[in-house]
Formats: sequence, structure tokens, C-alpha cells
Amino acid sequence: MTPLLQVKGLTKRYGARIGCADVSFDLYPGEVMGIVGESGSGKSTLLNCLAGHLEADSGAVMFDTRAEGLRDVRAMSEPERRMLARTDWAFVHQNPRDGLRMGVSAGGNVGERLMAVGARHYGDIRAQAQDWLGRVEIAADRIDDRPTAFSGGMQQRLQIARNLVTGPRLVFMDEPTGGLDVSVQARLLDLLRGLVREMGLSAVIVTHDLAVVRLLAHRLMVMKSGHVVEAGLTDQVLDDPQHGYTQLLVSSVLQA
Amino acid sequence: MTDYNFAYLDEQTKRMIRRAILKALAVPGHQVPFASREMPMPYGWGTGGVQVSAACLVPEDRLKVIDQGADDTTNAVSIRRFFEKTAGVATTGRTSEATLIQTRHRIPEEPLTRDQILVYQVPIPEPLRFLEPRETETRKMHALEEYGLVHVKLYEDIARHGQIATSYAYPVKVEGRYVMDPSPIPKFDNPKLESEAIQLFGAGREQRIHALPPHCQVVSLDFEDHPFEASKADHDCDLCGSGTSYLDEVIVDDAGGRMFVCSDTDYCETRRGAGHLGRLAATRQEDAA
Repeated sequence: MTPLLQVKGLTKRYGARIGCADVSFDLYPGEVMGIVGESGSGKSTLLNCLAGHLEADSGAVMFDTRAEGLRDVRAMSEPERRMLARTDWAFVHQNPRDGLRMGVSAGGNVGERLMAVGARHYGDIRAQAQDWLGRVEIAADRIDDRPTAFSGGMQQRLQIARNLVTGPRLVFMDEPTGGLDVSVQARLLDLLRGLVREMGLSAVIVTHDLAVVRLLAHRLMVMKSGHVVEAGLTDQVLDDPQHGYTQLLVSSVLQA
Repeated sequence: MTDYNFAYLDEQTKRMIRRAILKALAVPGHQVPFASREMPMPYGWGTGGVQVSAACLVPEDRLKVIDQGADDTTNAVSIRRFFEKTAGVATTGRTSEATLIQTRHRIPEEPLTRDQILVYQVPIPEPLRFLEPRETETRKMHALEEYGLVHVKLYEDIARHGQIATSYAYPVKVEGRYVMDPSPIPKFDNPKLESEAIQLFGAGREQRIHALPPHCQVVSLDFEDHPFEASKADHDCDLCGSGTSYLDEVIVDDAGGRMFVCSDTDYCETRRGAGHLGRLAATRQEDAA
């Protein structure tokens, strides 16, 4: 089985400082990879390098494209990369304001990706937007409201709908539950888990919340100062941490 | 008048503008940057159009200037005087007699011919500007032909108003490649963009020139289930009776009285001269007498 995403020796430096160094992993179809670590450990840098928002200094990001099999994303031309970013990939930002068009209605937000790949039938676009709003539990009568009129949790769900509407195969999520209260977090996680399973999505989820990875991720990477210090099955890493930093991280969580 | 160089601009400037025009004609719909000059009028009054006109004018030209369809409004009169003074060219109000027409917000009703040049005054040449504020990003979108966002605007129109409510500056796709803002002409005029004449668009403040060569394919963007419609007021002209020209609505008293008249004054006058009369033509003539 070919991996969907194969990362080899990915390194990003900010001058003399390290963003992330020598990160390698394989992600197989249907698999969810969690990346945890403290602030400044290089999680977001890594995610942005993977998604092509930042240019890595060295290493390779191989993606299993539909047409040509494994290809190095970093060697692709910009049009190809941007095409990938709005078809097979999705990126869920921590702050929904970064991922949504705040001046455009919910339906327009969901429809944008469809129109970007050539949908030109208003009725169909609207029906799909309606369907997706339903799937992320946003009431049908809110379709013409702007995201500014939505609560934080709804905005985040809208962002997810907007990203998943074109049926991507790989989703990057940067702290999808950050800034939400716990009950809303729980519902969002429930929703995400359902969608991931239903659509057979692969995902890379960056978070500092161990409960999130426990629920969503099959595998886990722990980062510290730009390096991956421990990787393995989620339960294994969380229940039997080997590296000193992981032990610290796991023991830092308050038991409710 | 010999104090000015012919048509106000110096020859080097005209040469620079002509180069931009040639490039714009070679890549229809593409916005070509040019070094816009200060003109003796404020931005927004047609500095771009005037520079393009100045670069195209030759002494044998006959110039017509249109402002919102009319030949006799401030903007049209002052630009026409400007070129009478600085270029000494003949001017006319007749569309068919003119060789170079500078226009703002309208395309003449009378079909243009291959011997004519139509110059538009353009306030904002970037069709994606109000959807994406970053110039770096809009350039990239043009380069990569990423035009999904234009349809998001049209989607919002339908979602909010039940139909495509954009009625002017309606986005078009040129030769299947570039999305272009045809300047704030009513969408009624969009079908006339496919013309025998050369059409040049000058934006002075934004320093951009774009162009449509003759017989260029220009398609107004729309949805399959909400096709483009070149709409106009559902009336006939009250002066000349024309049922096919673009109309202005004029309020004539404070009791709800109104009349619809052709926005293209030359077209209306020509028709009245040929004996066509509208609903209120008789009363207007009495007023004049």
C-alpha cells in the first residue's frame, strides 16, 4: 500500500533558529496523525511546510496524486500546488476568521471551493452547500447569514464544511478546537470523528490538547524544539511515554 | 494653439502609452501597467481615458466625447474642449461621424465600425478588487486563471436578491482567458463589447491600460440556471419612441411624474430627426417653442 503522504527529512530554519528539523513520517489513507508539543516546538511550522504555506529549506513532501502517483509537492509548479490545495487538500485554521470569507454568506463560503473547481450551476451549488451545512449541524435557515453572525463553534464548523465540500483526501488542521469551550469542543470532535470515518479522510492534526489527539488520532508525534522526540500509536505514546519530555507533557494534564 | 505639444502630452509619453496599448491589444483583457501622468484634471474625471485618447489622436481625427451617454454634460464638454484647445482636432456629437470616441459609462447605441476607436475612462480596472484586496494575490489569480471568486460574488447576488443584481461593471471573460471589468457600463451594453471597433480602457489613477481588439470574444459570466441578461428599463423612450435603447429615468415633477429617455443623446436626436416620436415628444416640442 502506498502512503498518501510521505515526508522525508523536512527542515525549516528561521535564520539561525530551527523551525522544524529532519521530520520524516508516512501517512496512510484513512489515517489520522496527531502532532503535539508545547508552544514554539515547531508544530505549526511543520504543518505550514506540509501544506505549502511555508517553503521548507530541505526534505521532501511526497503526495499520492490521483493522476500520477507519488509526487514531490515541493517540486510541483505553483498552479499544480494551488490546484491540489483546493481539490485534494484542505486546511482548517485555528481561527475561523483566517479560513472563512467573513463578508460572504455561509452558503457562498461553502460554495467557493465548488466554484473554484468549475461548478457553474447555482441550484446545484446551493443544494450542496445546504447539504454540508446540515452535516456540520448548522440550521438550514442560516445559509444566507454571514459568518460574523455565527458563534465561534459555528464558525469553526462552517470552516470545516467549506473545506470538506470538494471531498478532499487529506486535511490539515491547526488546533481545530482551540478557543472553544469544552462542550462545543466535544461536539466538534464528535463531528470530526464522524466525518473522518465516513469519508475515509486522512488528516494531520496539530494541537496541544492531548484529549483531542486521544480521541481523533491513530498515531502521534511529539515535538520539542523543532525535533520529533517520540512517535508511535496514540495510546501507546500517551499511556507509556518513553521520552522525558513526553512524560512531562502527559503528567502535566490535570485529571478532572 | 502652439503653446502645447499636439494633444497635450509630450511625444515620449505618448510613445510609452502606445506601447502599453499595443501590448494590451496583443493580450486582450490583460491589464498592462503604464506610467500614468498628472493631467490638468482630478483623478476620477477621466485622466486615464484622456491619456489614451491623447496617445491615439492624429490631426485628421474627429473626436466625440460621451459622459453617461450624453454629449453635453460637464465631463464630456470639458474633455472635448480640452482636445479642441490642445490638439485642434474637429469634434462632433454624431457617433457615425467620429473616428475616436472617448466614453464614460456607456457604449453608443449605434454599432461601431472598423474605422473607429472607443476609449473608456476606467475608475477601477481590477474585477477582483472588492473580492480580494491584495494586489499581489489578484495578480496571481489572473496569472493562474483562478476566477472562482467572481462567481462567489454572483452567487451572493442571487442568494440575497433572487437574481444577479450586478447591473453595471459586469465581469466578462475575454477570449476564454482573462476576466475583465468592462468599466462601469450598464450590463445592457455588455453584448456590444464584441465590436468591429478597437476598444481601449484607460485607468489613470490605477495606472493600467487594457484593451479589446476588434471581433474579440467577450462572454459575460453567469450561472447555467441564472443566465446573463442584458437588462434595461421596461419602457420605450418618451422622446423618440425607441424600444431597444438604454433608458434614463427622469423625474419631471413632485407628483410622481417621470419619463424615460434614451441615455444616448445622439441616438435619440437622430431618431427624432428621422421622424420617430415618443409618448411625450409633442409636449416637449411645445415647451421648447
